[in-house]
Amino acid sequence: MPSNRHQSRITVKKCLAASSLVLLSPSAAFAQAVERFPRPDFQSGYVRPLLQTPGPRSFWLGYLDIFVLVAALALASYFALKLRSRARMFGLMLFSLAYFGFFRRGCICPVGAVQNVSLGLFDSGYAVPGIVIVFFALPLILALFFGRTFCGGVCPLGAIQDAVVLRPVTVKPWIAHSLGMIPYAFLGFAVLFTATGAGFVVCRYDPFVGFFRFGAPFTMLLLGASVLLLGTVVARPYCRFLCPYGVLLGWMSRLSKWHVRTSPGECNNCRLCEESCPFGAIHAPSGEFPGDRRTGARQLAVLLVLLPVLVVGGGWTVSRLYVPLSGQHFTVALAERIQHENTGITVPASDESNAFRASGKTTAELFAEAHVIRERFKTGGWFLGAFLGLVAGAKLIGLSVFRRRTGYSIDTSACFSCGRCFSYCPVERERLGKNQGGAENDNE
Amino acid sequence: MAAKESQNPVNRRDALRVGLSAVGGLTVVGVSGLLAGKASSRETVWQIDPEACIQCEKCSANCVLPQSAVKCVHSFSMCGYCDLCSGYLEPGAQSRDTGAENQLCPTGAIERTFIEDPYFQYTIDEELCTGCGKCVKGCGSFGNGSLYLQVRHDRCLNCNECSIARSCPSRAFRRVPADTPYILRGDEGAKRAE
Repeated sequence: MPSNRHQSRITVKKCLAASSLVLLSPSAAFAQAVERFPRPDFQSGYVRPLLQTPGPRSFWLGYLDIFVLVAALALASYFALKLRSRARMFGLMLFSLAYFGFFRRGCICPVGAVQNVSLGLFDSGYAVPGIVIVFFALPLILALFFGRTFCGGVCPLGAIQDAVVLRPVTVKPWIAHSLGMIPYAFLGFAVLFTATGAGFVVCRYDPFVGFFRFGAPFTMLLLGASVLLLGTVVARPYCRFLCPYGVLLGWMSRLSKWHVRTSPGECNNCRLCEESCPFGAIHAPSGEFPGDRRTGARQLAVLLVLLPVLVVGGGWTVSRLYVPLSGQHFTVALAERIQHENTGITVPASDESNAFRASGKTTAELFAEAHVIRERFKTGGWFLGAFLGLVAGAKLIGLSVFRRRTGYSIDTSACFSCGRCFSYCPVERERLGKNQGGAENDNE
Repeated sequence: MAAKESQNPVNRRDALRVGLSAVGGLTVVGVSGLLAGKASSRETVWQIDPEACIQCEKCSANCVLPQSAVKCVHSFSMCGYCDLCSGYLEPGAQSRDTGAENQLCPTGAIERTFIEDPYFQYTIDEELCTGCGKCVKGCGSFGNGSLYLQVRHDRCLNCNECSIARSCPSRAFRRVPADTPYILRGDEGAKRAE
């Protein structure tokens, strides 16, 4: 190549001649780097400009993100459990919305990190960035000790919804329980899609990231706006009825060592907190076992027998869906398209199939690849369906088992530790010396 | 005796809780550790492989940003500085000048400057460039291929799932290490690879 550099000024004529020749050449369809024209040798002392390549955001800012996450999680737990302050929690929540939402534009978030982690587990060629692992693991570990303080004070997706809770209505239990199954399905499908390499569906259907970036496709903004609008009456609809990370947090939080409690002391069943939770996470006292014990036991036995049926049935059903599901994968969709084009069903060639044909790969190779992916969907479908069957069965069993609750208690797997209920509790008000009655303050 | 009996179920439940917590915690730590073992501390960013790009124009419309983070870049070391530039001029251009009707670029983002007879320099005005790749197709088909598309990292948000990558028909988008964030041609590429 350097030999061509020292050419005379006649080059321009060559340029013209060559371009008219090249115009006719059939090989011109694919834009490649080919030195068709020699590099000019400038006489006037002209210096070629440098190509500017601005770098990505500094690596150290990743550490800042981790630092802010750790600090926000620590503060959220401190505000919820120690200070028991809704106002401080709300302030922290707004800060997190500003930092993780509008400043960091919603990426990377622990909700999306679920997919990176599952891709890392299933695809040996994919190395999960360290910061993503931290974002995935830290809120979960913390939930084991303090409950879902991440949801209440740190998650930008939760914060944007929490800020618009205006007139929350109580969702009927059967609706809440049914819709509450969706996050499990979303989590399952997200893992299936990442494990098979079909993409990140959670990011694709993130309703709020469009707001964080101040721009998105219209459908995405519409989805976000509708979720927020719905969120004014049904509090935090995404967190309760969609969020796949919430499933994992819920499992951890259920086991949490210290979880927020409505009352700082002994619950005296005054019922004042009953309506305080917009998320339906406060359980009323159960009372006595309502029905006949024998009927209950029979019901439980039926459900226990039903469980394996649900697991196997679910697995079989979802694995049968491997054709439409695998169609979401690029390679499978391309193989289907090529096959259709080759058999003449779809006449015009798509950009994808043109690019494939130009790549030099054979159709047989592509079909083999697509076949492997389809088989993976079939196997993955068994696991996903079995998981969904198990979740549904466990839910039914959980609903049919009677648990005695003497006082008002928090559903630790559903509670976001937002702190709304604290101020409703008279014991809490007494602790803070806030009882207006005055005369009732004579306990001491 | 009675107290002991009433305490027992609580203890059992507590033991179960602690046991399950340990399982949950160890699972999360184990998974994280497993992934951390092969994790790259190096961040990655999205980039276009210019050799795989087919200039389908999807980059200009599919970025989540209102103005695509994909722009045309110019490896000056490879450019022929032609008067009749197939990346700048419409195929059937009436004359070789800066007239809008002669320009291939729909937004007039390529600036043509006279250097010395008979050479012209072509510079991309990034503010105007939409990343459609029409000039890339022209330059690559009939010229040296010194014009090509790249993700500009001062603009790119580095989304977890790049929405252009998802729609890219030739799978030209891939993640590259953040310390070598461009896939450049010509001397520009060689210098960086050293």
